[in-house]
Amino acid sequence: MAESDLLAATAAETAALIEGNEVSRQECLDIWLERTAADDLNGYLWRADAESAVGSVDQEAQDPVAGVPLAIKDIFCTTGVPTTAASKILEGYRPPYDATAVARLASAGVPMLGKTNMDEFAMGSSNENSAYGPALNPWDRSRVPGGSSGGSAAVVAGGLAPWALGTDTGGSVRQPAAFCGVVGLKPTYGSISRYGMIAFASSLDQCGPITQDVTDAALLLARLEGRDEMDSTSTGIEGGIALPSAANLNGLKFGVPADLVGEGVDPGVKAVFDRTVERIEGLGGTVETIALPHAKHGISAYYVLAPAEASTNLSRYDGVRYGQRASDRDLASMYEDTRGDFFGPEVKRRIMLGTYALSSGYYDAYYGRAQRVRTKIVDDFNSAFAKVDFVITPTSPSVAFGLGEKTADPLTMYMTDLFTVPMSLAGIPAISIPAGMATPEEGGTAMPVGFQIAAPAFGEQKLLEASFALEKAIAFDNGGGRI
Amino acid sequence: MIEREQVLHVARLSRLKLDDDEVSRLETELSSILDHVDRLAEIDIEGVEPTSHVVPLENVLRDDVARPSLDRDVALGQAPDPVDGAFRVPSPQAEG
Repeated sequence: MAESDLLAATAAETAALIEGNEVSRQECLDIWLERTAADDLNGYLWRADAESAVGSVDQEAQDPVAGVPLAIKDIFCTTGVPTTAASKILEGYRPPYDATAVARLASAGVPMLGKTNMDEFAMGSSNENSAYGPALNPWDRSRVPGGSSGGSAAVVAGGLAPWALGTDTGGSVRQPAAFCGVVGLKPTYGSISRYGMIAFASSLDQCGPITQDVTDAALLLARLEGRDEMDSTSTGIEGGIALPSAANLNGLKFGVPADLVGEGVDPGVKAVFDRTVERIEGLGGTVETIALPHAKHGISAYYVLAPAEASTNLSRYDGVRYGQRASDRDLASMYEDTRGDFFGPEVKRRIMLGTYALSSGYYDAYYGRAQRVRTKIVDDFNSAFAKVDFVITPTSPSVAFGLGEKTADPLTMYMTDLFTVPMSLAGIPAISIPAGMATPEEGGTAMPVGFQIAAPAFGEQKLLEASFALEKAIAFDNGGGRI
Repeated sequence: MIEREQVLHVARLSRLKLDDDEVSRLETELSSILDHVDRLAEIDIEGVEPTSHVVPLENVLRDDVARPSLDRDVALGQAPDPVDGAFRVPSPQAEG
């Protein structure tokens, strides 16, 4: 087996190479460690090496994916390994415990390649809010990889990891997957434990796989999902997750929310979306227009609810128990200086927004109202799923934008999550699969376009089957190769 | 519209030190974000229950059995200033 074959293999293919004794688990890890050492995308904030990876190749592990190494977003606590959520406030922090998602993969014998770059505390849509500089999009290094799991998407797309873990609060797995041309799955809220995932907005945060194809997403989800006594909001997917094998979409109904997918979508993205709709019909599925009348208000509701939850979650960074401390003059100054010196601009903006929305006199007008609008969005999806099996949209209104292009205007940046936020508010599973390429509005290199499919809560298996059939058709249309 | 005084008040509530540039920038940015958010006022929410948790959950209970937690030294191990088995902080009485 040539080394280049291993580096180009999906996780499932790598598992088959290990199973067929074409490569040992140790050789596989060594090849990948050498590869990650050449990270030129700023995709990793910390990389494992031969020494730190000792013991991570478990010869006794029985799981077929044992030995297939994985990159982990730096938001997951990893025992003894630096965990910063890309924030200066946690610089040097080495957690004394593992996140449940990390522990489950370790017990399956999956070694960790490193911790990936991200927007600070997962706040962002471009990875430009990382205190350690943005990860770069491997398709065009002058463009962002998307956020907040930008590092995870960049390393998978750039051939620096076979697969990766990300987290999605308002689209942070799906949008970077779309921008980098890989698969990103946000499961139903609560289906993967949040224990040990550094909290941003607790009613929305969800761990999700970022992989080269749908099969790998299913392999990873099957090992991550399930009830965890360390997270009382965690649930399990009934019957677990099986590998998808659907060849067509016969009898399945797909709904396009006309009031959401309208103006503001780049023509190149719209063309790929329309072509994918035709592919669905070619595979035996039917596509119809549905109404999600409140989904367009998702961004407004999200930017009240998520910052409100963030302002409470981030109150724990006070310079007392972990992380950095700025001054020691008096107690109030210690808190204010520590938070003022070590939080980045986007984190401060959201803490301020959240504190304002929760403050006396504004709570009902903002937080209470946003929670009620969230109910309307949930009701819209319930009505839609009474008529169709899936809701489809482009993953993002545009392809990956240029570094620095949207940083000056937070609101414009927030709008890039227009299509992903409603599913997060409703807690339902949604996946982004690469559907084609489009040239950016302003010209330049053609960039990947993501296609988003959402299903009812706990409909992961159906979602994976439909995505799998569609993925095969897209690859076939492109001549059978990967995009 | 958010005024400078409101920004300073919210910064105090948030325990965030902000410099002058940050205060002016936040005046503009928070105003523009809240203008957008104010569109929520157009939606009829009469009689609508708020959603705080999207997936129906029964109470999650376990037997009330004492179990070991993090070892004290491990818990203190990441603190910026641990001393004698405790987190050292400035005296609250010394506040100006």
